[in-house]
Amino acid sequence: MTYAVQQLAAILATALFIFSLYWMNDPKTARHAVVAGVAGMLVAVLTTWFQPVIVHHGWIVLAIAAGFVVGVPLSRVPLTAVPQRTALSHAFGGLAAGLVGTAEYLLGLTENPAQLTAFRMSAIVAEVILGFLTFTGSLMAAGKLQEVRWIPQRPVTYPGQNVVNIGVLVAAVALGVVVVLHPTAAWSAQAFYAIAGLAVLFGVLLIIPIGGADMPTVISILNSYAGLSAVAMGFVLNNKLLVTAGALDGSSGLILSIIMCRAMNRSFTNVLFGAFGTVQKTAAIGEQKTWKQETVEGAAQLLEQASLVVVIPGYGMAVAQAQHKVRELYDQLTKRGVTVKFAIHPVAGRMPGHMNVLLAEANIPYTALVEMDEINPDMPQCDVALVIGANDVVNPAARYAKGSPIYGMPIIDADKARTVLAIKRSKNPGFAGIDNELYVQDNTWMLFGDAKAVLGDLVKQFGSGGLH
Amino acid sequence: MIDGLMTAQAVPAEAAGDYWSMLFVFVLATFIGLGVIRRVSRLLYTPLMSLTNAISAIAVVGSIAVTGAEYPKIIRILGAIALFASMTNIVSGFLITDRMLKMFKKQ
Repeated sequence: MTYAVQQLAAILATALFIFSLYWMNDPKTARHAVVAGVAGMLVAVLTTWFQPVIVHHGWIVLAIAAGFVVGVPLSRVPLTAVPQRTALSHAFGGLAAGLVGTAEYLLGLTENPAQLTAFRMSAIVAEVILGFLTFTGSLMAAGKLQEVRWIPQRPVTYPGQNVVNIGVLVAAVALGVVVVLHPTAAWSAQAFYAIAGLAVLFGVLLIIPIGGADMPTVISILNSYAGLSAVAMGFVLNNKLLVTAGALDGSSGLILSIIMCRAMNRSFTNVLFGAFGTVQKTAAIGEQKTWKQETVEGAAQLLEQASLVVVIPGYGMAVAQAQHKVRELYDQLTKRGVTVKFAIHPVAGRMPGHMNVLLAEANIPYTALVEMDEINPDMPQCDVALVIGANDVVNPAARYAKGSPIYGMPIIDADKARTVLAIKRSKNPGFAGIDNELYVQDNTWMLFGDAKAVLGDLVKQFGSGGLH
Repeated sequence: MIDGLMTAQAVPAEAAGDYWSMLFVFVLATFIGLGVIRRVSRLLYTPLMSLTNAISAIAVVGSIAVTGAEYPKIIRILGAIALFASMTNIVSGFLITDRMLKMFKKQ
């Protein structure tokens, strides 16, 4: 009887999770997604909790309360910090899987060795490796994104790095095979801890060579691993709900990783094992041209006389927290009959969809946010392309400069606009030291300074009545 | 039963160790996942990721089973930490997803 109730509850929860993801196909229905997700989770938690075998309710209440105490503040972080919050939650997901896997193994070892069949042991080993590598890998990613002082932001590379990394993983898997074959030998527990230790180490080594621009892909891959570790837990516990929910998460991470990789013209292996830092800097292209600077007054005039302005935001906008000033500029321009659109590159920012969320936070209607593929045909009709803290995603070198780390990456065709205005914090070249010739084009005008300050000055030009 | 390792509990014969059907479920669920996720609005990739984070914290089910059953203390401690971690993901994942989705307005 209870078994039937359990299974029905698992089916119901799975259905709710599928509906939850389905409703994410449109911003109009998306909030139902949260309701369905919460309902599915409640069903799953309650039917598990009320089983007769569960007797230590105090412990459960305590752990759940602690989860609320940490979880609620984590949900209130500023939206610019969402990438590191996401990485941190992948870490928690990995930790949970790794610990449950370890507990299951110890339980089998001490209570019931007959349960440690080859299949279940394989699932436990997979769960522990995936769980612990996701745990430390995601912690490292979160640390890099949060710019924690003792974690280097720049990719760290050394000779033989890939050999070391793959060696550690192979050692963990080989030990895993040994433990699967001999789960109850005198040394098996030690070997098991060694597997967990190697997975912890591998997670750290995997992320050390990764730089900021690769974070959207890496976060997506870790998302997938977190899902797969839940699937492995499902196999261990013989629980189909864990398998289905984990598979949904795993496939979501997989699709996002593929989209991010395509948007950078790179493969999985290239992102994970071919750190940007190892790519040799290409020689400067042609003779050194210099940029031309524009005043705020001139820029405001250009914008006011335009009929189509395309704003191209990048990570620099997030760093400067400039999205609210962008909104003010948007208001001033639309009030004057200028059409303003936002061109969103899939890898702009530090995680998939980062720019959309920041602009939505500033109350910019989502109908004004346009994907790269849709905006590019319109770029020749664009009067002013306003680049805010974006660099690689508008670098024309991606089209032809073989040997450049960004060669072949699809870009937003800012250079095809009639005029380009680029707001840039410093006069240094951007990520990985790649020169951006967009900035020295004949029709490009630079505005140097903090994006928030420059945009604030621009808005003042419209507000003060200096323009009419 | 959630926990197959509890042999003291009667696990129906058809459910115990039927790993092939588990694999079957996994493959089908992956295909459903790929189909559904492919249709997700590109605007919503960030909330999608926090939503799937919360959903994959379904590991809470395994954590509760390990924490709450009559097991040795060390195992229940491991379970309780896992339960705390999963619960954090559920709470912060759903809350921040809703917070972000509220911001997407047409006008």
